[in-house]
Amino acid sequence: MKHLSKTDKSTFILVAILALLAPFILNPFPEGSAMAQFNAGYPDLMQRFAIFGILAIGFNILFGLTGYLSFGHAAFLGVGSYSAVWMFKLLSMNIVPAIILSVIVAGVFSLLIGFICLRRSGIYFSILTLMFAQMSYSLAYSVLTPLTNGETGLQVYNDDPQYLMGPNSSEVTNLFGLEMRSTFTLDVGPWAFQFNLGYYVCALFLLLAFYIAIRIFRSPFGLMLRAIKTNQTRLNYTGLNSRPYTLAAFVISGMYAGLAGGLMASMDPLAGAERMYWTASGEIVLMTILGGVGTLLGPVLGAGFIKYFENIFSKINDTVLHTWFSILPDGLENAIVWVLHFFVGKGWHLTLGLLFMMIVIFLPGGLMEGGQKIMNKIRGKKKNDKDGGAKAAATPAE
Amino acid sequence: MDAIFLQILNGLDKGSAYALIALGLTLIFGTLGVVNFAHGALFMIGSFCAVTLSKILTLSTVTLDPTKTDFLGNPLKVKTPYVVEWFGESTGNAMIDWSVPLAILFAIPVMLLLGWVMERGLIKHFYKRPHADQILVTFGLAIVIQEIVKATYGANPIPTPAPDQFVGSYNVGALIGLDASYPYWRMIYFGFSVTIIAAVFSFLKFTTFGMVVRAGMADRETVGMLGINIDKRFTIMFGVAAAVAGLAGVMYTPINSPNYHQGMDFLVLSFVVVVVGGMGSLPGAVLAGFLLGTLESFASMNEVKGFFEALYLPSIDQIIIYLVAIIILLTRPRGLLGRAGVMEE
Repeated sequence: MKHLSKTDKSTFILVAILALLAPFILNPFPEGSAMAQFNAGYPDLMQRFAIFGILAIGFNILFGLTGYLSFGHAAFLGVGSYSAVWMFKLLSMNIVPAIILSVIVAGVFSLLIGFICLRRSGIYFSILTLMFAQMSYSLAYSVLTPLTNGETGLQVYNDDPQYLMGPNSSEVTNLFGLEMRSTFTLDVGPWAFQFNLGYYVCALFLLLAFYIAIRIFRSPFGLMLRAIKTNQTRLNYTGLNSRPYTLAAFVISGMYAGLAGGLMASMDPLAGAERMYWTASGEIVLMTILGGVGTLLGPVLGAGFIKYFENIFSKINDTVLHTWFSILPDGLENAIVWVLHFFVGKGWHLTLGLLFMMIVIFLPGGLMEGGQKIMNKIRGKKKNDKDGGAKAAATPAE
Repeated sequence: MDAIFLQILNGLDKGSAYALIALGLTLIFGTLGVVNFAHGALFMIGSFCAVTLSKILTLSTVTLDPTKTDFLGNPLKVKTPYVVEWFGESTGNAMIDWSVPLAILFAIPVMLLLGWVMERGLIKHFYKRPHADQILVTFGLAIVIQEIVKATYGANPIPTPAPDQFVGSYNVGALIGLDASYPYWRMIYFGFSVTIIAAVFSFLKFTTFGMVVRAGMADRETVGMLGINIDKRFTIMFGVAAAVAGLAGVMYTPINSPNYHQGMDFLVLSFVVVVVGGMGSLPGAVLAGFLLGTLESFASMNEVKGFFEALYLPSIDQIIIYLVAIIILLTRPRGLLGRAGVMEE
């Protein structure tokens, strides 16, 4: 921790507080109230926040730092999940070997893919990674059925060998006996806060992932990656071979995805091919862009934002809308509900797509940039900002 | 021998769809330098043009027929499509029957307009932005289009049959002394795509407009300096590319019932086709489309599968296209017919 600068330290502490106190923060509405459905403080969703946060942080190390847009990250997630479930099938339901193996396998897998894909840059790289991801999807879905159980998805069966399974071993995923699903509920008045062990495992991994990401961002290696993003040709002319650096970034981000996949399987010991479909990769891209590419906090925010609203928006149906707008005259109410109905419930992806397009078009820096702009407006910092901008523009010319 | 002949035919019609979509993709890339992730969505919209037209044609008035009664004794409701009322029994019914071929006429203006709107309204603003942004914004657009179609037409595939004359199959093999019967409509699809491809090529080759476009693809700046408004022509070419994808979609409806995610499914394969053929190379896209289509159908032959099984290997029909693409890219980075130096870094 002492290696971090002041701002990094405060960012890290902020994330740590958010992650560790999430059961309180995400549960602001009392049980039984009308707003209770907007609570996000239940284990399943919180786990997803943390897992997709890890995924987005990893993706950001590749895309945010080097500018290589990979459209195949879901493949590593899937590989991680499959290897974790295999560990459950072969050894025991302990998550430690599962997560270790998923990270390693995803790392090896990304090394292979990265080695081929990184011969190219720009659009070509995106298409290549997309191609590999689709290939992995087909492999998992049909070709390698003995390994992946094809369409059904891989899961743990009773007749699996599970060599390390003792007589007293738990039948569900656990960390040396502590079951992932065990939840402690704290009742404070009308509120019920749930503390889930699985979530805290994910949250600790998220913090670890975040810490490593900060270190990478601030390291000479991170600077080298940024140099690749800014001007790869110039970097090559200085006599440096940029390939090992991009490959390292690719493998690191692949391992992050593998970790996320391993955790996903640890929370729920299933792995299916649909996790690897290329639109799933697209979702990772969406999260990172939405939050803010190349920023530390952005991807975590983006992942949380998308997962939260996916959950909330899917719950809002026409009945809920009608109760909201019941004050309005009938005709107007129906008209509003009819319009909104396309954007909520099952229409969540439409909202997401539109939002994503808006962000790419008007706010390429994502929510982080938006937040900064608003903060600057409030503080009236416009003058200082201009000076900063001028300085930044002057630097590359030196 | 029969089986091989049949697989070639199979490959040709799959290849036609790949070739048509890839042709549009590579046309857009060659002219505007944009990778259009929404191109699959255009293909899908084409399919839904056919669905829409067949729905419009079957819009009906409901009249009560007093001569017939249902089992409760009420007069039976009879639906008469408007077209039958207007054009008479035989013409009206023929129009409904022929809704898919008629949809070609409907789809062309729709797709041209859509392409124009897409280019002027959205993609125009992204020429100076990084490539990643172009990919992202068209990907976002693809999601939006897909979801709009899903909200309008529902999530289930909508069967849209071919005209009655073309249902069933014909023994094409008999022509060359083999036995291989093949559905009519698939043969028509192949013929149709060859016509479209020929039309696009002759448009580029033999018209002044096409000549200017080709010049612009080679050197945009010089053409601009000659006082030609190349942007306008490129916009039209975007419309043409959209129309080609749309027509591919229209004619594909009897083969595969349109559903909202078929665009996404075809998109990735079309990218592979474009990359294998060579980015920006039109003949390359067509060649690679047919080649990969045929390869895919050969790999799904039982004999080939049996061969792999004998070697204790999984059958590779699902991934053969990707494997070939990887091999080609590793050995010949610019693709089969790509120009030297284009996208080789």
